[in-house]
Amino acid sequence: MSKVIKLKKGLDINLKGQAEKTVEKTVSPTFISIKPSDFPCVKPHLEVRQGDKVKAGDVLFTDKFRPEIRFCSPVSGEVAEIRRAERRRITDVIVKADSQTEYAKFEVKDLNSKDAVKELFLKSGVWPYLRQRPFNIIADPQQDAKAVYISTFDSAPLAADYQFVLKDQLEAFQAGVDALSKLAKVYIGLDGKVASNIFANVKNAEINTFEGPHPAGNAGVQISYVCPVNKGESVIVVNPQDVVIIGRLVKNGIYDAKKTIALAGSKVKNPAYVSVVANSNIDSVLEGKIDETPLEGVEGEAVRIIGGNVLTGTKLSKDGFLGFYDNEITIIPEGKYYDFFGWALPGLKKYSFSHTFFSWLCPKKQYELDTNMHGEKRAYVVTGTFEKLVPMDILPLQLIKAILAQNIELMEELGIYEVAEEDFALCEFADTSKTDIQAIIRKGLDLMVSETR
Amino acid sequence: MKALRKYLDKIKPNFEEGGKHPGLKSTFEAFESFLFVPNGTTAAKGAHIRDSVDLKRTITMVIIALIPALLFGMWNVGYFHHKMTGEEAGLFGNFFYGLGQVLPIIAVSYISGLFLEFLFAQIRKEQVNEGFLATGLLIPMIVPVDCPLWMVAVATMFAVLIGKEVFGGTGMNIVNPALLARAFLFFAYPAKMSGDQVWVAGFGDKDVTKIDGFSGATPLGELAHGTTFDQLTSQYSICDMFMGYIPGSIGETSTLCILIGAVILIWTGVASWKIMCSGVLGVLCMGLLLNTFGEAAYTQIPFWSHLLLGGFAFGIVFMATDPVTAAQTETGKWIYGFLIGIVAILVRVVNPAFPEGVMLAILLMNVCAPLIDHIVIRQNVKRRLSRVKNK
Repeated sequence: MSKVIKLKKGLDINLKGQAEKTVEKTVSPTFISIKPSDFPCVKPHLEVRQGDKVKAGDVLFTDKFRPEIRFCSPVSGEVAEIRRAERRRITDVIVKADSQTEYAKFEVKDLNSKDAVKELFLKSGVWPYLRQRPFNIIADPQQDAKAVYISTFDSAPLAADYQFVLKDQLEAFQAGVDALSKLAKVYIGLDGKVASNIFANVKNAEINTFEGPHPAGNAGVQISYVCPVNKGESVIVVNPQDVVIIGRLVKNGIYDAKKTIALAGSKVKNPAYVSVVANSNIDSVLEGKIDETPLEGVEGEAVRIIGGNVLTGTKLSKDGFLGFYDNEITIIPEGKYYDFFGWALPGLKKYSFSHTFFSWLCPKKQYELDTNMHGEKRAYVVTGTFEKLVPMDILPLQLIKAILAQNIELMEELGIYEVAEEDFALCEFADTSKTDIQAIIRKGLDLMVSETR
Repeated sequence: MKALRKYLDKIKPNFEEGGKHPGLKSTFEAFESFLFVPNGTTAAKGAHIRDSVDLKRTITMVIIALIPALLFGMWNVGYFHHKMTGEEAGLFGNFFYGLGQVLPIIAVSYISGLFLEFLFAQIRKEQVNEGFLATGLLIPMIVPVDCPLWMVAVATMFAVLIGKEVFGGTGMNIVNPALLARAFLFFAYPAKMSGDQVWVAGFGDKDVTKIDGFSGATPLGELAHGTTFDQLTSQYSICDMFMGYIPGSIGETSTLCILIGAVILIWTGVASWKIMCSGVLGVLCMGLLLNTFGEAAYTQIPFWSHLLLGGFAFGIVFMATDPVTAAQTETGKWIYGFLIGIVAILVRVVNPAFPEGVMLAILLMNVCAPLIDHIVIRQNVKRRLSRVKNK
């Protein structure tokens, strides 16, 4: 039963610096880092010490709350450093990679039962790739999910194109889907804009097509149409590139976390794709690729390096590491500048979802947007904007206010179980009052998790 | 520009905590951000790019949308003054006379209101919100031109203080502050605010010579006193009413200019077209209903003429759409606007004590908006719950 679902709400922001569809280089990591901050609601418990030798697939740390969830090294090597922040909070577990990766072998047979699949996923360290709605945290191994959901496209600006990235990996993808289908029924969301979709013939899954602007590619949005999450239920969400990693595990018995990421953005010289290993150091990836000329009048850093896309990503330093779930690195200009009468001038070059700047005269233009806030934090005054950007049966403003008021009952009623931060990314972008909406949503989700624990 | 920036950076420390004038921090920041959009950047996690729009820009759009009606209002003030005195003044003569009458009201409204806004921002140690920049212009446009300036000041301060600041400032208020100012004037000084004394500049002034038989009453006032629509149209044609050649509050007379404002607000996305459309629909429905079942002469005026008379057009475009006090859910906006239309005409026609019902209709619906939203929110919750039951 395949459906075509057309979404009207949302916004495609046309940004400069789309990655060209070639894999420019393959970079093998010298260091990798697993950052506990990539996993909301996880409290790391170290299983290694500095100087320990590990193979790819050996555990580095586990979750104190759910000890069966293991976070494993994607490379073999020596644990180089445990970085900590204030109150000894662990920020990075860094492994110095061997030149030749040695893989830990996992026994793969009889993957016919749910428990066997769970056990393999947990042991080998791929389980953290399974995230659940509600709460957008790593899936609960104790709970049976009602579905596994894979959105095969990312509609965010400058996102990696999985049609290109995974075109030669379909076999592993199918193997991953087959294994996941043991956990629950697998649903797949296809991009309606693509003519001959490489995922159209995937078996063992219900396939639906989604058409419309961003966030049509968000798993949470698609789930709300196909198998909405109610209180007490959970749906597992997996990124297509991570399905392939799972597929390789199932086929070869190793945790092989190679992936192809997009290197995009207006401050990248010749944006293209790069083959890397998950969590690897990015300095060698970025070498010679950054256009360091700052915008006029900018103080401080010239560019911002973002792990992930411009709407939901995390700022990285030049000598930082790729995040666990990142499928692209985006580089855009920093925007620490003063804008003389910026609010009053016609603004032909100023991008806005509203028509308050005359840039609506040229809708096809590609923009080079920077990190300037374009205003200061204010009380919520304008209404009706968020409603045009969230294609779910959710009242966004009311849910945000319920979270701010910490009204758990109302949050539940208004659908906190169905949302993730990324579903509100466009609201944060377009917010006239300049509030950090995704941080607010995460706070609400964290509150709900702490209530249920 | 760079020199100005340098100068601001130089004097900035004076207004910080421990500087020379920490008590003027909010004031300094308000002027600084007026000149320069600040250099703040996005957080390390989340949306790294932001829309160019901010509250200042949004409010600027409201002010731009008000300008056609304001300029016309100034001309209209001069036009009726000179019509009363029997003088010929020409386009510019009328306009500049009106400008002289209206500017002091605008100045008084802004000064008295902004004073309180800055004061409260400083007490709360917050930044000055831009909301009053629209309110401060709306107030002069909905008062009669002969309203004494001290009344404008008192009403504005009352509205800012009781209408807004006691609830926590911009974004927290229940009723529209500009309308509250108007309502305050109406109920505190009824003798001054109703009747036919205040609508034409200089009408109440005994030293001004008037031509015989000149009436300063608004069309609505006349209708309320039993004038039939035919009698009214012999005085003011339908075209006069649409263009705005009728007496009334400063900004409300020209339906055409208000329509231009409405187009600006809708196109820029600043105001809700749903509220405007459903409001018009509400007026038409109520007008038709009265046409069908009413017996008094007033009920028999053409149902569509209500759109051209009095303050309805101005109210539904600029007042009812205030996002803070309107319904905030999209479905709620339809209900809210529609009810404003219904109640406005009901009050206007059925209750002879109030010749103008729009102000009361919007204030009443402002108070009811949270209730409308509550019902809409419950429907959303119900839909979510029924999903579980239907399985």
